[in-house]
Amino acid sequence: MAKIKGAVVIDRERCKGCEVCVVTCPTQTLALAVEVNAKGYHYSYAANPDACIGCANCAVVCPDGVITVYKVKVG
Amino acid sequence: MEKELRLMKGNEAIAEAAIRAGADGYFGYPITPQSEILEYLMEANPRETTGMVVLQAESEVAAINMVYGGAGCGKKVMTSSSSPGISLKQEGITYIAGAELPCLIVNVVRGGPGLGTIQPAQSDYFQATKGGGHGDYHLIVLAPASVQEMADFVEMSFDLAFKYRNPVMILSDGAIGQMMEKVYLKPQKKRSDEILPWATTGKPATRERNIITSLDLDPERQEKFNHKLIAKYREIEEKEVLFEEFMTDDAEYLFVAYGTSARICQKALQMARHEGIKAGLLRPITLFPYPKKRLNELADRVKGMLAVEMSAGQMVEDVMLSVNGKTRVSHYGRMGGMIPTPEEVLENLKLFIKGQEKWQR
Amino acid sequence: MAEINTNDIVRPENLTYVKSKILTDNVMHYCPGCGHSTAHRVLAEVIEEEDLQSRTVGITPVGCSVLMYNYIDVDFQEAAHGRAPALATAVKRLMPEKFVFTYQGDGDLAAIGTAETIHTCNRGENILILFINNGIYGMTGGQMAPTTLEGMKSSTSPYGREVATMGSPIKMADIVALLPGTCYVTRQSVNTAGGVRKLKRALKKAVQYQNEKRGTCFIEVVSNCPSGWKMTPVESNKWMEENMFPFYPLGDIKVPAE
Repeated sequence: MAKIKGAVVIDRERCKGCEVCVVTCPTQTLALAVEVNAKGYHYSYAANPDACIGCANCAVVCPDGVITVYKVKVG
Repeated sequence: MEKELRLMKGNEAIAEAAIRAGADGYFGYPITPQSEILEYLMEANPRETTGMVVLQAESEVAAINMVYGGAGCGKKVMTSSSSPGISLKQEGITYIAGAELPCLIVNVVRGGPGLGTIQPAQSDYFQATKGGGHGDYHLIVLAPASVQEMADFVEMSFDLAFKYRNPVMILSDGAIGQMMEKVYLKPQKKRSDEILPWATTGKPATRERNIITSLDLDPERQEKFNHKLIAKYREIEEKEVLFEEFMTDDAEYLFVAYGTSARICQKALQMARHEGIKAGLLRPITLFPYPKKRLNELADRVKGMLAVEMSAGQMVEDVMLSVNGKTRVSHYGRMGGMIPTPEEVLENLKLFIKGQEKWQR
Repeated sequence: MAEINTNDIVRPENLTYVKSKILTDNVMHYCPGCGHSTAHRVLAEVIEEEDLQSRTVGITPVGCSVLMYNYIDVDFQEAAHGRAPALATAVKRLMPEKFVFTYQGDGDLAAIGTAETIHTCNRGENILILFINNGIYGMTGGQMAPTTLEGMKSSTSPYGREVATMGSPIKMADIVALLPGTCYVTRQSVNTAGGVRKLKRALKKAVQYQNEKRGTCFIEVVSNCPSGWKMTPVESNKWMEENMFPFYPLGDIKVPAE
């Protein structure tokens, strides 16, 4: 059976660390970084990239449009 | 096409002239003594002929903001009202001035303050010429003294408004708005379909987006913008002053009056001459820019200037600033909707000559 | 099954979501997690997907979204507080072929601009009014809005909104839905992916109805104000679901007859 694999690219310097994407992600792919960006925000990043299914929910709720999503069918 | 002769009220003349000048939109709200403008336009129904939009708004506030919206599209738009309604419009007017938009605002002035009266007055001079709303700005202000000028100043106002991207006010009063005179109307002009480069008409790929705003949160840029406005007003003062003189060549005493008061002063002047008093009259046609230079020149030759206004003494301050102490200046006025007679104006000129006038500053 | 790594997925042909090109590269000034940003982003997507850029005129309000013109690459006019629908009325009347929208907050639309809102809807102007209701004055620092909930604290209702002295929160969408001039009135949200997708569909309907000259479209977005509410963005969304949605229920209030 075909499986969907996704990946996110997050513009960490534009991320404001609101965490809305983190709680939206159905596969717990995302987390806020311990480190901060130049603006002092704990930016979002793919802490668990293998879990990403490319559903784009994170990008759809991201207020600042900093998330780009890719996905492929595998298997 | 020949000019057309008609007998019309001043208010009607403004409305008809607006259609003929190719105005794109009028947004108004009823108030005495100028409701004929909206009524005339609704009756004329120019939507069917020129395509001009005529809309009765829910308030003066909405009407002036419709003017802002239309002006921001580069359209020839206007509104009209009378004093209390013009006070309501001041917020919109300062935004229009701040966004540098062209438009025409007609004020058919009535007595105030507050609800005041519905009779003619000239007590909105300060409001019209010194800004009116908040912030440093000026309108270009034209003061018609006849129904003919009510009609002629419409197109002139639009021309000035677009030349300088600045709101223009026709400062009339209830007398000129309501009186009937013959008026020559210009032939119908086609509405312009030119798309102005700064207007919000939808962003094509070929230009940056256009933003109509009066906001700049950066104080340095805002101050630069203020200087730009000042430079524009100075240029207007340099190039656009209009006035009319009557018997100033040998005048010893000068009436200074605009609009209705100027007509009364013309009669008073004749009566004075008949009695051997060498009176003259300067009628400012533009109230901003004000004929400062000319008054200053005349101050060297006359013994005094009497400003006659239907107000407590407003334009007289500009006369004083213009002559800068070179000659005596005083004021005679009626208020509350009262119109002075030529006889009482002459009487007060005589008192002024004797140094016995009541008005002191 | 062969393992696949991120670099193999991140290729142009696999692109699933990227922000609209109509959204400019200016960093939005909104606080982290603010619904304004999301609403802007969705609107930009709709303008791009419906190919509206060259015929759109937007009207921005006074409030947090006053600077919206920095973020969406279309022609804009910035209105005085509450007057956006008056501007939009004239823009649309003078240029009926344009797509015209106002974007207004609760103070702008439901307090100072109530008359303009009601009468523009009542005339059935063919425009879209996009109303962001977060129950507070954000820009001026968290004062009570006409839509602030009963008992809700703000800097001008520090003990909570007291209905007896401050009145009840006003339901503008329900009010304008009563007017014959409105053709489409709906209440949406942007706090979940599903909510955002629904808002996008609503916006596309509003574009269609405006093209068909059906009347005024009024879309309310019940939104958050993390700073004004003094919560984290995630907390504010939860609070909104628990408190705002029961009073301002989501969904269509009025839809045009087919």
